Amino acid sequence: MQCSICKEKPATVHLTQIVGDKMQKLDLCEDCAKSKGVNDPAGFALADLMLGLGASQEIDQAAGGSELKCPRCGFTQADFKKSGRLGCAECYKTFFDGLGGLLKTMHKGTRHVGKAPEALKGSRDNADRLKALQKKLTKAIEAENFEEAAQLRDEIKQLSERPAPSKNLAR
Amino acid sequence: MKDLHEFLVSPAETARRHGPHDRIVMSSRVRLARNIRDAAFPGWAKKPERVKILETIRPAVESLPEMKDSFSEAMDNLGALDKQILVERHLISREHAAKSAGSGLVLNREETFSVMINEEDHLRMQALRPGLQLKQAWNAIDHLDSELERKLEYAFDTDLGYLTACPTNLGTGIRVSAMLHLPGLVLAEQINPIIQSVNKLGLAVRGLYGEGTEALGNVFQVSNQMTLGENEPMIVERLEKVLSQIIEHEENARQTLLEKKPKTVYNHIGRAYGILANAHSISSKETMNLLSLLRLGVDLGLFPGMERSLVDELFLTTQPAHLQKQYSDKLTAEERDLIRSDMVRERLKNVSRPVIKPPPPSTAN
Repeated sequence: MQCSICKEKPATVHLTQIVGDKMQKLDLCEDCAKSKGVNDPAGFALADLMLGLGASQEIDQAAGGSELKCPRCGFTQADFKKSGRLGCAECYKTFFDGLGGLLKTMHKGTRHVGKAPEALKGSRDNADRLKALQKKLTKAIEAENFEEAAQLRDEIKQLSERPAPSKNLAR
Repeated sequence: MKDLHEFLVSPAETARRHGPHDRIVMSSRVRLARNIRDAAFPGWAKKPERVKILETIRPAVESLPEMKDSFSEAMDNLGALDKQILVERHLISREHAAKSAGSGLVLNREETFSVMINEEDHLRMQALRPGLQLKQAWNAIDHLDSELERKLEYAFDTDLGYLTACPTNLGTGIRVSAMLHLPGLVLAEQINPIIQSVNKLGLAVRGLYGEGTEALGNVFQVSNQMTLGENEPMIVERLEKVLSQIIEHEENARQTLLEKKPKTVYNHIGRAYGILANAHSISSKETMNLLSLLRLGVDLGLFPGMERSLVDELFLTTQPAHLQKQYSDKLTAEERDLIRSDMVRERLKNVSRPVIKPPPPSTAN
């Protein structure tokens, strides 16, 4: 069996993780296991590793085989493939198309609904956000993506009911 | 530069800190990941950039009222042993212990806040509490974070939330976790189904220092994995609900074991006592596993004269770095095993062997 990462050396470390009903398996060689921190279990989560691998595949597809590179920090899809981490905040824009599907499988949703910095909670930002959501809602309805549309509608409702700018906004 | 060992609370004192449900929940922790806008994440930034970020963040953290009189140091000024001691106390991650120039740590007096600078993210700040106190820990770190955001400009996106180096932390950047002592479920062989059902709820279960079901000392860490699409109070609440169920299962498992298999329980605990009180060489792993049984014995009322804090103190002081710190010469693993057994024997000298008919254990915390 070959290592899932370098695809060169024989795999000697075998990992299994069950998330929900899905079983994920990963076979690594000694060196890749070490470099991914498998022998340092505190800092290691199989999910992260799977994500890194999965993400690079998705990015491969999204980029149509061309090498995507972050204009801000120079981070490339190959770097992401290697580390499973991004280079800077801007990378989220650069690699967003490839990340969307992954975020969906990794998380409860694809939109942040928690705490926000106080400075960004002003009414102007609320308005911007409402505008963006409205746009997405129109798109979702056009695409007959009703599940997403319902979600967006709830979010818009939630957002417009908020007294702006309040201290406990977005909590 | 403050001396780390003069700064750190003594293990004896740490072990005497109490919190709700601490016979099962050893500690609660809430960690937030944050990054500075317009700077590469630590794993990608070059050293000069990391140093610059550290120089920006460190004074900002130090200036917070919570961090008054804190221990603040660059990681390259800490020795390997010091770093390992911080890991054994769960004050920094293993990943952070491997960092040097360009990374830092700010730790408050009470050891209730630990802020790692340039770990995987620019900021990894955590609030720690004894026992089951997730809400308190969240409120504390939420407050610290709100103060810090006035001094630093975070990388934040209205759709994606706080932007983190790894997409698994995106959104809230929160990791809520509790360290649980579950000897009853392990002895009753119910731990695996519990772990599986907890996993199904999207929560992670890890051992004291790693993955695998046979956790050292029967200590398990339960934490959330999803950080996006759910707000912080919901995440905290969900974990709290699951924890209260695990606590109930553990209490039930202990009751049932005592009723149905008292001999098995007494045998395990009696042997653990026998070895710990009489061994002349013992590894750190064996010590932890046996101390866990001793702790169970205390909870079940088998050691009327002994306090749980003694076990918890030994849990810390018998670990390799803590043990090494007490001796000036570099010890080999074999030498540590000898010294460890000496120390444990000495500390258990006045502890009588377990009583066979314990008074009914109190289920109250």
